[in-house]
Amino acid sequence: MSAATRPQIDEIWRWLSQVPDPEIPVISLTDLGIVRDVAWQDDTLVVTVTPTYSGCPATSIINLDIEQALRERGIESIRLERQLSPPWTSDWLTEEGREKLRAYGIAPPIDGTAADGRLAGRIARLAGSSNLTIACPRCGSTHTEKISQFGSTPCKASYRCKDCLEPFDYFKCI
Amino acid sequence: MGAAVAAVDRAAFVEWLERVGDNALVLGHRVSEWCGHSPVLEEDIALANQALDLIGQCQLWLGLAGEVEGQGRSADNLAYLRDAAAFRNVLLVERPNGDFGQTLMRQFLFDAFHIELMRALKASSDPRVAEIAAKAEKEVAYHLERSADLVISLGDGTEESRNRMQKALNVLYPYTGEMFHDDATDKAVAEAGIAPLPSSLRAAWDATVREVLEAATLTHPGETYQHGINGAGGGKRGVHSEYLGYILAEMQFLQRAYPGAVW
Repeated sequence: MSAATRPQIDEIWRWLSQVPDPEIPVISLTDLGIVRDVAWQDDTLVVTVTPTYSGCPATSIINLDIEQALRERGIESIRLERQLSPPWTSDWLTEEGREKLRAYGIAPPIDGTAADGRLAGRIARLAGSSNLTIACPRCGSTHTEKISQFGSTPCKASYRCKDCLEPFDYFKCI
Repeated sequence: MGAAVAAVDRAAFVEWLERVGDNALVLGHRVSEWCGHSPVLEEDIALANQALDLIGQCQLWLGLAGEVEGQGRSADNLAYLRDAAAFRNVLLVERPNGDFGQTLMRQFLFDAFHIELMRALKASSDPRVAEIAAKAEKEVAYHLERSADLVISLGDGTEESRNRMQKALNVLYPYTGEMFHDDATDKAVAEAGIAPLPSSLRAAWDATVREVLEAATLTHPGETYQHGINGAGGGKRGVHSEYLGYILAEMQFLQRAYPGAVW
């Protein structure tokens, strides 16, 4: 692909924003914040992707989906690179992505509340003095409780609403 | 090849990376054995997810071990084609799952060490080590939060759950000393600034363990005999309990029976 016919970088970002996350298809890969960079290196398009979790089983599917989406747009030479640093955090989810999650029934992450293993904070939470409330994505009630720290995929935890009684997923904060 | 590699004996660096990677691999495999057998669905899912995190971290560590070794071995080669004596995990992580209490106590005792190690490694002189640690730290913090919460709920729970947690603690505590024992490999990588001396992580681990055991109303076992640090034994040196052989028999069967098989 010659320099004159190469698609513009922002055009490529737009295409990538239409590629759904394989595990939570309601949000895109760019909503999730895992595409770190898109750049031409001569005739090769280099897409840099960061994993959400080190063992995320969707990683290889994500790479395949990116490659397929770009090939469909006529880009032939593509290289995918993995970038670990800085590590992905749920804080990188876009505003739009958070709204899509909520509408889909998944409570979006609350920034700055990632587990840090600090015991004082943890014990305070156990004692019920936490002011962290996860609103139910269905009825909006903040009268909710944690069922399990892990949910149906590595990036979610399980909660239950005590008002509408529905169980729901909460996007884990890391 | 980075400067740190030139400054440290390559064999020691590889050996150390295998220790970190094998701890994650063997514990990840043990935890995955609960899949489909846990007491409740939520715990089954939690354990499977935790196993996934650990195996993901193991891929990064063993991948780097293969890269530093420079003989073309991948993370898969190292996981599936080494014999027990070439594994470098501590004895604690290969202990059998036992009951749910033993599984959780083993996880807590290891998580409390793992978090300190990952935090310290973020300042490693080797940027590849530092970036894997920064990634893993977040996952490990989440694991510690969960295992500490459960040790507290079950320790400070019913008479039955408390007895089981105390028994698990008494059985497993003698396997914790190995995590903090410094040997020649540890000293070589510490001198190169790649990793902290294991003994330097002890005080923070002790503080976490004491705080959680107290909240869990469990009795600290105090000074006990420690396996793996006396004589010629110890998982870090490749002298394992018989349990590792059974783990490897299951983990490695497919690659041994059908070499090169892929999904």
